[in-house]
Order: sequence, then C-alpha cells, then structure tokens
Amino acid sequence: MGEFWSGYAIPGIWIVTKILALLIPLLLSVAYLTWFERKVMAAMQLRMGPNVVGPWGLWQPFADAIKMVVKETIIPTKANPGVFLLAPMLTFGLAVIAWAVMPVGDGLVISNLNVGVLYLFAISSLGVYGVVMAGWASNSRYAFLGALRSAAQMVSYEVSMGFVIISVLLCVGSLNLSDIVRAQETVWFVFPLLPMAVVFFISALAETNRHPFDLPEAESELVAGHLVEYSAMTFGLFFLGEYANMILMSGMTTVLFLGGWLPPIDIAPFNWIPGPIWFALKIAALLFVFVWVRATFPRYRYDQLMRLGWKVFLPLSLLWVVLTAGVLVAFGWAPGA
Amino acid sequence: MGETQIANYTINFGPQHPAAHGVLRLVMELDGEVVARADPHIGLLHRGTEKLIEHKTYAQAIPYFDRLDYVSMMCQEHAFVLAAEKLLGLQVPLRGQYIRVLFSEITRILNHLLNVTTQGMDVGAITPTLWGFEEREKLMEFYERVSGARMHANYFRVGGVHQDMPDGLAEDIMAFTATFPRALDDIEALLTENRIFKQRNVDIGIISAKDAIDWGFTGVMLRGSGVAWDLRKSQPYEVYDRMSFDIPVGKHGDCYDRYVCRIEEMRQSVGIIQQCLREMPAGPVIADDHKIVPPRRSEMKATMESLIHHFKLFTEGHRVPAGEVYAAVEAPKGEFGVFLVSDGENRPYRCKIRAPGFAHLQALEFMTRGHMLADAVAIIGTLDIVFGEIDR
Repeated sequence: MGEFWSGYAIPGIWIVTKILALLIPLLLSVAYLTWFERKVMAAMQLRMGPNVVGPWGLWQPFADAIKMVVKETIIPTKANPGVFLLAPMLTFGLAVIAWAVMPVGDGLVISNLNVGVLYLFAISSLGVYGVVMAGWASNSRYAFLGALRSAAQMVSYEVSMGFVIISVLLCVGSLNLSDIVRAQETVWFVFPLLPMAVVFFISALAETNRHPFDLPEAESELVAGHLVEYSAMTFGLFFLGEYANMILMSGMTTVLFLGGWLPPIDIAPFNWIPGPIWFALKIAALLFVFVWVRATFPRYRYDQLMRLGWKVFLPLSLLWVVLTAGVLVAFGWAPGA
Repeated sequence: MGETQIANYTINFGPQHPAAHGVLRLVMELDGEVVARADPHIGLLHRGTEKLIEHKTYAQAIPYFDRLDYVSMMCQEHAFVLAAEKLLGLQVPLRGQYIRVLFSEITRILNHLLNVTTQGMDVGAITPTLWGFEEREKLMEFYERVSGARMHANYFRVGGVHQDMPDGLAEDIMAFTATFPRALDDIEALLTENRIFKQRNVDIGIISAKDAIDWGFTGVMLRGSGVAWDLRKSQPYEVYDRMSFDIPVGKHGDCYDRYVCRIEEMRQSVGIIQQCLREMPAGPVIADDHKIVPPRRSEMKATMESLIHHFKLFTEGHRVPAGEVYAAVEAPKGEFGVFLVSDGENRPYRCKIRAPGFAHLQALEFMTRGHMLADAVAIIGTLDIVFGEIDR
C-alpha cells in the first residue's frame, strides 16, 4: 500500500496539480486575451469596447463562454460529423499540450525535455491538421478553400521558422528550452539576432493565422474560411485554440529571443520580481503587438504571402544561419567548441 | 497516372457575403485562386422604384431617390428635381442653389468616406472604416439638422430646398471643414503609403480610358483611367460654374488610382463647401410660385388662397407640362441621370433612372478575369456599387 502511495498516487497527484497550475492561468489568460484584444482595438479605433458586463466589461469573457456553451452545435447535413467534431478538439488540444515544455520560470516547467524546441515545433506544425480537417469535413466550398490556404501558409512559414530556430540553437548548443533561456543571461538573443527575431515574429503571425496573414479566414474573401460552418462550442474551441496559439507563439518568441523569465537587467529592483511575472509581462507586450498589427495592416493576397515566405524569409533566414555559424566558428564562440 | 481533367471550382459569392456590398450574387468559377469567370446576378433588391414613381405625384417621388443609392442621398434627389424644374421652366433662387451645391458636396464626402474606408476593409484594414464613420456621423448630423433625417433626407424640392438652414449650421459646417482634412490625413496614413495596401491595389483591375468609355463608365471609375470628365465642369448645373475646384484624374486606371482620386475629391469637396459658405447670399431658398411650391405655414393660417394652394398641392400635387427631359448630376458614384416623360398630368408618365453603378457592375467580369479571388474583392470595393441604385 505504501508503495502504491509513494510510487503512483503522490506523483500522479503532483503531476495533475502542476498541470492544473499551468492550465487554469492559461485558460484564464486566453479568456482575457479576447477582452484585451477588444479593448485595445477599441481604443485604437475610437470606440469603447466591451463595457456593459461588469466593470470595464471585465466579465465579458465569461458571458461569451456561457453563450458558446449553451448555444446549439449545428452539424451541417453534408458534413462528416466525426471529423467535423474532432477538428476543433484537435486544434484546442494541441494548443494546450504544447505548454508542457514551456519554462515559465527557473525550473518551473512540467516536462523539462531535452528536445523541447523540437517538441514545440512538432506540436505547432500539427496545428494545421485541425484546420485542414475542419475545411474538409465541413463539405463547404469556402471552408475547403480556407483549409487549402491555411495548409499552404503554415507549411511555408514553418520552413523559415525552422531556420530561425536553428540559428538560435547554434548560439546555445542545446535544444532544451530552459537552457536556451539561461544562455541569454548576458545578452538577450533579440540583440545579436535582431533580423531573425523579426522574421520569427512575423512568421508567428502567419503561423497563428493572424493579421496581416489571416487568409484562411479572410472575412472579405472567404467569409470565415474553415470556421464557416462551425457554431457554439465547436467554434469556441477553435477560437480558444487560436488565442492559446497566440500566447504560445508569444511565449516561444520570449523564450528564444527575449530571455524567457530573466529580468531585463540583473540588478536590484528588477531581480526582486519573480521570473513568471517577467515571462508574463513579455508575453503581454508581444500580444499587444499582435493586436496592434491587426488594427493597422491590410491583408496580404495569397500569392504575395507565398512570395514573402519563400522568396524573402527563407533566403534571409538561410543566409543568417550560415552567417551565425560562420561567426561562431571564426571567433571560437560556438558552445562546446 | 494518366492525365486528369480538373473541373473548375464554382462558388456562389453572395448574396450573403460580407464583401458583396449589399446583395450582389456573383457566380464565380475559380481555377485554383484565379477567377476564370465572374457572373454578376442582380435583382435581389429590386423594388420597382421606376414604376412606383409613375403612380406618385412629383413631391411624393423624391423620397424614392433617397433610397436608391443610400449613401449619396441628396445627389439623387437633385437629379430628379432638376429634371422636373427643366420641364416646368422653374428658376431656383440663388441661396437655394448654393444650399443644394453645399449639400451635394457633403453627400460626396459621405459617399467617398464610406467607399474609401470599405475598400480598405475589403483588403483587410479594419481601422480606417471606424475612423471614417466617426466623420460620417458628423456629416449625418448636418443632414439631420437641415432636414430632420440622418439619411433619407427628402430635402431637395422642386423649386429649391425644403427649408433654410437653421441658425449656426453654417458655422458648424465651416468648423467641420477645418478639422476634416486632418481626419482624412489620419486615414491616409493607414492606407495610402502602406505597402500591403499598395500591393493589393496597384495594377489591380486596370481599365483603359477607351474601355472605360466603351463600358459607359462615369465618375471616378472614368477619371481614374485618366479621362477628365466631370459634369460639374463640363455642363455646370446650379452654381458649380462659380466654384473653383480641380478634377483629380488617375494615370493607370487601377484600383489604387481610383482610391487616390476619391481621397483628392474629398479634399476638393471641402474647398467647394467653404466657397459655398463664404459666398452664400441671403434670400429665399425656394421658388415663389405657389402653384408648385407649397406656401409657408404662417401664410396658410391667414389667407384663403394659401390654404387652397396647400390643399391642392398635398392632395393632387402640381401638374408638369408635357414633354421629355433628361437631367443628370455628377453624383459621387458617377453620372446619375433621370429621364422624365410627362404627359401634362400630376404624375410622371415615365421616369427612367440612369444609375452609374449599373454600368460599372457590368464590367466586373471583364475586370476580374485572370485576377485572384482576393483581387476580385478589391475590385468590387473600388467599383463603388450600391444595390439600391443598381436593382432600383
């Protein structure tokens, strides 16, 4: 019996506690990200934003959630119900499990994988399946077109993202996300690798289907793309998944370029603040940029998006990988050399 | 694997589509993302306006014109009252003419603001729309102060305008013309030099000057292709011959040139509004012929003759001499014309409306062929179509 407690039950409870400690703040942030986006965009557009439900509209996300849950889930007659329902679950699930390797503070990580970057990259690549399945299973022409666009878009931008990550890995010498953050104690990678940080952030916009790359759900062209047939909680899961992905991508940018949980300068007032708070602040700043971009830019056309991905970002990131490697070798800075 | 014949993908773009600008139903054949055929279907907003007008007195017909192109209301009333005045041989007092020109230009800004910002929205920029609506709201307030209605004003009457402007309105419009160019600068800052906006509009939907004329284009659609044709200059009506303003023309005839033309036209309109306000004389705003124009309410209480005039005008309306006439105005969307046939009765025998958007829409297939789906949306946006006037 003692073996059961010490061997299975207590570690099990401990893992569940850790997961909940991450998941609950995460879902709350997703809920409040929608509120934040609406408020920030409203301010930029001379509007008020949500202000009816609760003080400053603070209960709006909960009102939205209740609405999503109680509405009827409509499954179109021609749709393939199994895949149709699986797609939003997949999208949401993937957006959540990616957080397993994200170090929110020093040692504060559910699974300290030594191939954390690869895991993150794999999970975010799988995200496209949710969209493709949704587009195919809806059996609607707009949805299908949206899914095709999304597949092409995510694949193209992942290539350059991969090269950006490689240039970071060259500087660190490890695929462990906590190690990547620790390697930035002297200087955040955003400074030596600035062009790469920009490429990565723009690719993150494309990866999450956000403005100006929101072609899969381009309202003025494809109405809502792959989301066209979804309603109630099936739509809600896509929506939550998309916003969780935004936070995830901001988190990845923070870990790779903005020094994760590290304070900007390691001196008195700054290093009193705990790491997770710094991490959250950096993510919030990046999310603000996500929203800011959405309120500012028009949308790319499909071929222009492809051109930007393959003809601009890919050569640039490839060149930068070679350059980084060259500099590291030439000056003997390469880790482990 | 042998060769496979791939069928094109046909989608029903609209009538319930956020970029269809109303109830456009576009049957699109897509070869991948490229538009192989775009077939516009119209008639979903057909209300039989022309036929209805044949059964209304002249005064009752005016509100129908507000409801044709519901973003350039007064300009359309203008065409109808001009046609009726031509048949009647009625002279509009100078102040009435100035007020008409003033509100025609306010209407032009109303229309172009909506079009330019929704063109932005069609290519994905959401913020300009909301900034533009802030300004449109002010203009609609001017509408409301002068006529009582924010949109469907029914302000122009045969012989002039319904009422003089209320006190303080001229000053407020003048104040608006001082702040509006700055608001326009803000909107331009988000669009005009934006690289993505340019990539989405430059060299999209090019139409040559010859094609534009052949397809019956007017207004900005024609001027964007480099033809300096503007009814306000070529056959001035009201007091446009006293106004000094420029006609912006494009060079390439693409979506971007048309956008720039519209922005510049708004700036020119601001100039015209200021000139109107400065030069506007005092005096009556509507003709004095009480066989056509209803008498003042105060007179009606005092004189029997006025009471009879009022009764006759509001029961059977006024008669218009037999004849045919075509009157056109430079509406924001292009040449808006009214062909009026009268048989001497109190109702028009026939009222044919020439809607500029109809001519523009027919070129859609020609303009979108070979472009991508997203460009088709940008082209629809730049055509500046409103289904109220196309379907009538």
